[in-house]
Amino acid sequence: MSTAVYEEQFQAASRNGGAEPAWLVPVRKAAFESFRETGFPSPRDEEWRFTPLAPIASTTFVPAPAARVSEADIAPFYFGHPEWPRLVFVNGRYDASLSQVPAAPQGVKLGSLAAAVSADPSLERHVARHAPISTSPFTALNTAFIKDGAYVHVPRGLLLEQPVTVLFVSTGDATDAVTHPRNLFIIEDGANASIVESYVTLAPGSRYFTNVVTEVVTGANAWVEHTRIQRESEHAYHVGRTHIEQAADSHYRSFTLAMGGAMARHNLDAHLNAPNVETLMYGLYLTRGEQVVDNHTAIFHDHPNCRSWEVYKGVLDGKSRAVFNGKVFVQPEAQKTDAKQTNRNLLLSKQARVDTKPQLEIFADDVKCTHGATVGQLDEVALFYARSRGIPQVEAMRLLTYAFAAEVVSEVALAPVRDELDRLLLERLGSLE
Amino acid sequence: MLDIRDLRANAGEKEILRGISLSVSPGEVHAIMGPNGSGKSTLAQVLAGHPAYQVTGGSVTYKGEDLLDMEPEERAQKGIFLAFQYPVEIPGVSNAYFLRAAYNEIRKSQGLDELDPIDFMDVLEEKLKVVEWGPEIMSRAVNSGFSGGEKKRNEILQMAVLEPALAILDETDSGLDIDALRIVAAGVNRLRHPDRATIIVTHYQRLLNYIVPDYVHVLSGGRIVKSGGKELALELEARGYEWVADADAAPAGAGAA
Repeated sequence: MSTAVYEEQFQAASRNGGAEPAWLVPVRKAAFESFRETGFPSPRDEEWRFTPLAPIASTTFVPAPAARVSEADIAPFYFGHPEWPRLVFVNGRYDASLSQVPAAPQGVKLGSLAAAVSADPSLERHVARHAPISTSPFTALNTAFIKDGAYVHVPRGLLLEQPVTVLFVSTGDATDAVTHPRNLFIIEDGANASIVESYVTLAPGSRYFTNVVTEVVTGANAWVEHTRIQRESEHAYHVGRTHIEQAADSHYRSFTLAMGGAMARHNLDAHLNAPNVETLMYGLYLTRGEQVVDNHTAIFHDHPNCRSWEVYKGVLDGKSRAVFNGKVFVQPEAQKTDAKQTNRNLLLSKQARVDTKPQLEIFADDVKCTHGATVGQLDEVALFYARSRGIPQVEAMRLLTYAFAAEVVSEVALAPVRDELDRLLLERLGSLE
Repeated sequence: MLDIRDLRANAGEKEILRGISLSVSPGEVHAIMGPNGSGKSTLAQVLAGHPAYQVTGGSVTYKGEDLLDMEPEERAQKGIFLAFQYPVEIPGVSNAYFLRAAYNEIRKSQGLDELDPIDFMDVLEEKLKVVEWGPEIMSRAVNSGFSGGEKKRNEILQMAVLEPALAILDETDSGLDIDALRIVAAGVNRLRHPDRATIIVTHYQRLLNYIVPDYVHVLSGGRIVKSGGKELALELEARGYEWVADADAAPAGAGAA
């Protein structure tokens, strides 16, 4: 459809490349050519069958303008303790004055990817080298517009004590604007890190488009907890891809909370590139009104003795819709794979709808793989039980809904992160009809 | 306190209660016995307002008000408590949170201040003794993974905390070992008070060795077919239910106020 809009923007961005290193130019160019060739996905494309993309394709989103916001504006979106390291991006641009980068231990790098790419030639090995542009036109589009995003690099053997929060803020000035944040998290061998990546808005009624790609590289025996919180404007569009590469004996656990967006899509791909890898994916989506939230996950078991464990839960109200598609690929070499995938949905209204599709493709014979999906309403008997104790209907519904959702939040490893998610959940459920 | 007149109720198309009349006065303990399928549990659940049953006729007056007109939560706030035959598991909500929420809702309805978790713990400490439990049970999710006996004890704990005016125990004794039975009975007996009443729904006479009823009613085919004093329970134990069920319906509501 309207790739022409992005053609102009791409030419303009290329002219103003500035400090961009030479190696990035052909990467971006190839990505744009790929996007130009494919255009936006069509509803006939199996990967996008349930995802209404027409509003994204038919809207002319302009590059997001720079904006000034105060610390007071964004303080409500701080996640966790105020002293945690914080990287803040306003309309896609790194804002050093709002960020908080403490004197980090030797070798830890926290900051803007744009700055890091200009300064450090070794990043050529990582930036846009992991998430292939062929996986999705949106990834190609993001790659074509690589400019800035968060860069977190934890060197070998180092334990990052405090979670790093990465905050992407959209302002009212970004109405009908697009950003293409690009994040790179490298956790080297034996290192340990927790990263909280959030997308928020200062203009809850505004329409804009966030098209983000995050690449995560974990070294051997690394431990990473990655929390992703999507609470964009409920009129915004959000398409995100998180791509993980895991080395031997590494542990990667993700928690994604999706509660914003008119239409929000997230792809989470984990490549288990060596034996004895553990991958945990937990997710929660809370939708209402006419929101559409789409989660696609893919776990690639290519080596033996790996474990993947996935639980996504959804609570849908109003006329909202959710899509869940979870793929697990177990290659012939991946013997002794232990994979479990669960998707459970709670419909609070008769008009809400879920399309859920677990997909296991198993080519090895000595594996333990299970999956299950459920869609249901609040348990009438449990509801009556609570009411028979004096708890009013609305409160009882809230309590049971909370209980349903909190179960998956309780899987978050770090207590302060878990407590914050719990608070967000309660805040959102407070507004149930 | 409670006046049931010719109560009829259906589960779906099927009529389960076929004209029940019963009066319960403050201070009394009534036992409702009967064979399986006689409608005992349905009666208990209808009194608590279970939405699965439709009342098709008759009336229930509780403390002078139309009980059938009240939502389940309103009945609870006005002092009715049903100890469930199958207590419900609520994973994700702690026993402490759930019980405090219930306690505070009932206080709120009486115009009293809500208790914070610390003050509530003081209330709880006393009540936990009734069921011979330590505080650690309170951090477990409501009935989640509880044994059958633990679930019944938890019902009694809730009852002890909420201090209902009218407690209805639906087969609380079924499947209990002797220790649990003793604890359940002690909990009920502690609640006995001239201002409060208890209805015990049970299949067996065993619990009535521990909680001595003032009246015993036999339910069969959705009606009360015989009423009497505590000795009726012993007779039922010895002779079974057939002889009453076969007999003509006796005048109901022997426990009239």
